[in-house]
Amino acid sequence: MRYMSREVTCVFIGAFALLLLCAVERLSEGQAAYESFLVAITGPWSTLGLSIVWIFAVHNAISWFNVTPKALPVQIGEGFLPGRFIVAAHYAAWILISLAVLFFAGVL
Amino acid sequence: MNERMVHLEVLRYDPQVDGEPHFQRYEVPCKEEWVVLDALNAIKESIDPTLNYRWSCHMAVCGSCGMMINGEPRLSCHAFLRDFEGVIRVEPLANFPIERDLVTVADDFIDKLKRVKPYLIPGENKPIAEGEYTQTPAQLMKYRHFSMCINCMLCYAACPQYALQPLFLGPAAITLAHRYNLDSRDGGREERQQVIATNEGVWECSFVGACSEVCPKAVDPAGALQQVKVASTLDWFREHLLPGNAK
Amino acid sequence: MAKSNKPIVWSLFAAGGTLAALLAPVLVLLFLLAAMGHVPELLAYAQLHAFAAHWLGKLFLLTVIALFLWHAAHRLRVALHDFGLRQDRLVAVAVYLVAALGTLLSVLYLARI
Repeated sequence: MRYMSREVTCVFIGAFALLLLCAVERLSEGQAAYESFLVAITGPWSTLGLSIVWIFAVHNAISWFNVTPKALPVQIGEGFLPGRFIVAAHYAAWILISLAVLFFAGVL
Repeated sequence: MNERMVHLEVLRYDPQVDGEPHFQRYEVPCKEEWVVLDALNAIKESIDPTLNYRWSCHMAVCGSCGMMINGEPRLSCHAFLRDFEGVIRVEPLANFPIERDLVTVADDFIDKLKRVKPYLIPGENKPIAEGEYTQTPAQLMKYRHFSMCINCMLCYAACPQYALQPLFLGPAAITLAHRYNLDSRDGGREERQQVIATNEGVWECSFVGACSEVCPKAVDPAGALQQVKVASTLDWFREHLLPGNAK
Repeated sequence: MAKSNKPIVWSLFAAGGTLAALLAPVLVLLFLLAAMGHVPELLAYAQLHAFAAHWLGKLFLLTVIALFLWHAAHRLRVALHDFGLRQDRLVAVAVYLVAALGTLLSVLYLARI
């Protein structure tokens, strides 16, 4: 069911969070530890794994944005703001934030 | 007039006679523009008068004729024969006990509906001399689509959480509570929150969204329930974090 | 029937969900680039260390890790229940324990930086 594919994305978000935790842990142990972490996550298997995580992260985002207008309707006068505006606003924020992060990280 | 033979496989069950439900196949000549309900009526009139099912308005406003058609919860007066191919499987509405054939026992839903107090509970009692409770069109629009529910229970048949947990209040009951909570003339929100902001109330919902998909009146119960979650969460923080608000 | 205490987990879930939706794709992308051998500037030791040394950086990392974990925990709990694992109490304790542990560990590690 579509619902299940949406819900299962959470496993990948959780897994990524644990990866971040590892990164932070290594970072706290000093340069050598952290750099060996970077080496450990380099390579074809890692690339494949992270690509899969990325796909699910995107699926998570898109499905999340699509349902948000239902939970938070905005009434304007006698009508409601059409859902697509709220969805569009989320996508806009998503793109802006992503660009900001990429810029801050030195990728752009 | 265009006619064709339609094959229906209908669930039959007479608890006083049958050990368990079984299917009966019917072949009935149908007009092109007919709905499943028309086919059932034709069967009852000229083929098998013992077939039992509910119906009334034949125009999707009374909510009586809900049943599973090819596994989907539909109103039989709203399911056009021309949209189906082959044998059409007709079963009673899922997640409810079968009373007889296609008639289900709706008591659980009615009971839950009563518990959410689906009527206006005025905040202060206005004497008649002071006039009516007025409402602007904007205030009406806030809850109007939620008031369109015809109590057909298709959403209960579609909801996988209701299937797993019969204590779940369910989409329609909670949506109707929300409809009254949003009504500017109402003052009974706190009373209803005691019923819907519980584990068997809105918190059993995991936002699958099937209820909104099957609703014939576009009520969007899924949206209503998420709104109830947001409102209940804000309530919770207010009650637990702000001093002097304990209830 | 008493009013539920579910709102606590639900608000963590909702906040985590929104944050994950907005941030996870780009953050994963940073690590994906690293995996392919193009380590972004920020992920180099010196820069990341400097980032985490600042209290804002710590706050950011802690928030992301914690909220992602809580979001995933709650969603997983519900999904497992839907999949047929009925021991909800047990599952809930297990997933929230992991999330709590993860949060605690992040605090500890970040404090060391």
